[in-house]
Amino acid sequence: MIARLKSWEGFLLMSLVVIIGINAGLSPEFLTLGNQINLFQLSIEKIIVALVMTFIIINGEIDLSVGSMMGLSACAFGWMVKEQGVAAPAAIAISLGIGVLGGALNGWFITRVGLPSLVVTLATLIGFRGLARVLVEDRGLTDFPEWFDALGQQGLIGPLPFALVAFAVLFGVLYIVLERSGFGRKTQVIGTNREVAEFAGIDTNRHKMILFIASGTIAAFAGLLYAARVGAVRGDVANGFELDIITIVLLGGVSIFGGTGSLTGTLLAILIVLNIRNGMALLNITGHIQTGVIGLLLIASVMVPRLKFGTREKTA
Amino acid sequence: MTGLFHRLSPQGLRILALLAVILLLLAFFASQIDGYFNARLFSRISGSVAIMALIATAQTLVILTRNIDLSIGSVVGFTAFAAGNLVSSNPEMSALLLVLFCCCFGACFGAVNGLIVAYGRVPSIIVTLATMAIFRSLLVEYSDGKSITTNTLPAWLTEFPNMPVFTVFGLEFRAAFVAALTLVFAVHLALTRLRPMRQFFAVGSNPEAAEMAGIDARRVVFSAFVLSGALAGLAGLMFLARFGNITVVAGLGFELKSVAAAVVGGVNIFGGSGTVIGALLGAVLVDVIDTSLVRWAIVSEFWREAVLGALILLSVTTDTLFTRRLVAWRAARAHARREAALNREARP
Repeated sequence: MIARLKSWEGFLLMSLVVIIGINAGLSPEFLTLGNQINLFQLSIEKIIVALVMTFIIINGEIDLSVGSMMGLSACAFGWMVKEQGVAAPAAIAISLGIGVLGGALNGWFITRVGLPSLVVTLATLIGFRGLARVLVEDRGLTDFPEWFDALGQQGLIGPLPFALVAFAVLFGVLYIVLERSGFGRKTQVIGTNREVAEFAGIDTNRHKMILFIASGTIAAFAGLLYAARVGAVRGDVANGFELDIITIVLLGGVSIFGGTGSLTGTLLAILIVLNIRNGMALLNITGHIQTGVIGLLLIASVMVPRLKFGTREKTA
Repeated sequence: MTGLFHRLSPQGLRILALLAVILLLLAFFASQIDGYFNARLFSRISGSVAIMALIATAQTLVILTRNIDLSIGSVVGFTAFAAGNLVSSNPEMSALLLVLFCCCFGACFGAVNGLIVAYGRVPSIIVTLATMAIFRSLLVEYSDGKSITTNTLPAWLTEFPNMPVFTVFGLEFRAAFVAALTLVFAVHLALTRLRPMRQFFAVGSNPEAAEMAGIDARRVVFSAFVLSGALAGLAGLMFLARFGNITVVAGLGFELKSVAAAVVGGVNIFGGSGTVIGALLGAVLVDVIDTSLVRWAIVSEFWREAVLGALILLSVTTDTLFTRRLVAWRAARAHARREAALNREARP
């Protein structure tokens, strides 16, 4: 059955239908619009970051620091608003600025010093989290301006909250960029073979720099969304989110070696992960076990296509 | 002196530089903190290095083969919990048996990682990112919400880390630290002297060439993960002995600390080069900073993680730039010497 399917996306789509079927059987509430929006809303920060992570991994790099950057921007926002008396709009702008700077820092070490992104972002994974802790230490900050909380918790267009609208818009824009623009083509070419890309006259360093800045900025944006949705920040906001984000991207068919992948795959993977988590929650399975299942899924998503399709292995 | 400088390998220079940095740091903190050098400083640092040195060594073995193990923290936590459970229900159990149990228990986790990485050919970063979560969730399931407490452990186990073995210059070397040092040196000797362990370097620097030379690269990667798991298991036992109270979050974050110690200690993240002695010194350096920042009044202890992140970036950057320079400089010198020799021959 699986072998007859032509593409990984087709396989994902089929799995998704099966999972939704099981979930709908488990609970009559599952297919209501409210539950579906809730489903997205609970993980909206992760899936927004997963969109940019798709570009990073297609480009042959990795960004492990996104979870910490989310924590840093959320904590920086909370610290400025609650403890430094900065106006919320200014604090939002500064937090996004921190995202730009953090991404540029990653990009600088990767492109100028020539260090592997795995090491650089592992270091900033620790470092950004450390800065978040320096700002809020062990305090929890809450009571943000009402409009800020409302942005995260209430519907913006009908029942659709701001974050979901932002996700939809970002998905649309990035889809066009990846599939229809020169930038998207370059992302794939660099990921497939960096040297060839260099010979073709592509400024690969500049390209990677742009991607890491985008990743940092979107992670900071997602951190702010988290602060708005939960209405509180602590030093451990978004701790460990990188696992879910990378799982989604790889499950979506992006090769860890770079070069291949699509945002359609990522979107399908997002839906699968969200529905599996929701289904497990319906079965009263705890968060820790859910994370373990996501881990299994991560390994399976790399191994199964190897065995069944044999197309995702990079030809050396 | 310059002769020594030319003869030393980059790794040797790296170890000298690390020692110098550690001494400088100690001097700096001594000037900042009143009564910095007391008897507790050494016992505190050596106590925590006993655990860190083992996980840094475990990580080094894996990194040498061009892989990474992010599940180390979960393995340490799970082994500590399982060993605590075992020994508190069988208090009469022999120490040797417990050590063996921890070794094998950790090695099993390592074997799972190794199988999937070496034979399933899934990149280690993916596998161990996943098993980090899987092992941890298995621990949560296994623990059933309970935790291990010190009073259920036999006295010989909890006293082990504080048992003095010998004293040099007023510094008390305790059993756990001595045991960890012995293990690290044993691994160092094995890595530098034993043929099967030398193959770690071969596979790490060029897997294809290693295959051509008749080395079974898959088996080497697999054994690196198994050995690393066994060392992580021993670290779990040390963890249990030192802290006594074990919850499901035991060892959380150790994966990053171990990578940090190894990388700061000059182990090349691309595989193929590095020493466990370097990783040991890296662990000491990270720990000196950790322990001292807590006591430094000017900077709050919440700076620890931020400083650690910066330290990793700094050391990898200097290492990369320095090694590039050194290689270029030595090549230039050799070239100049050849030119001079040619010139002498041309005009006798």
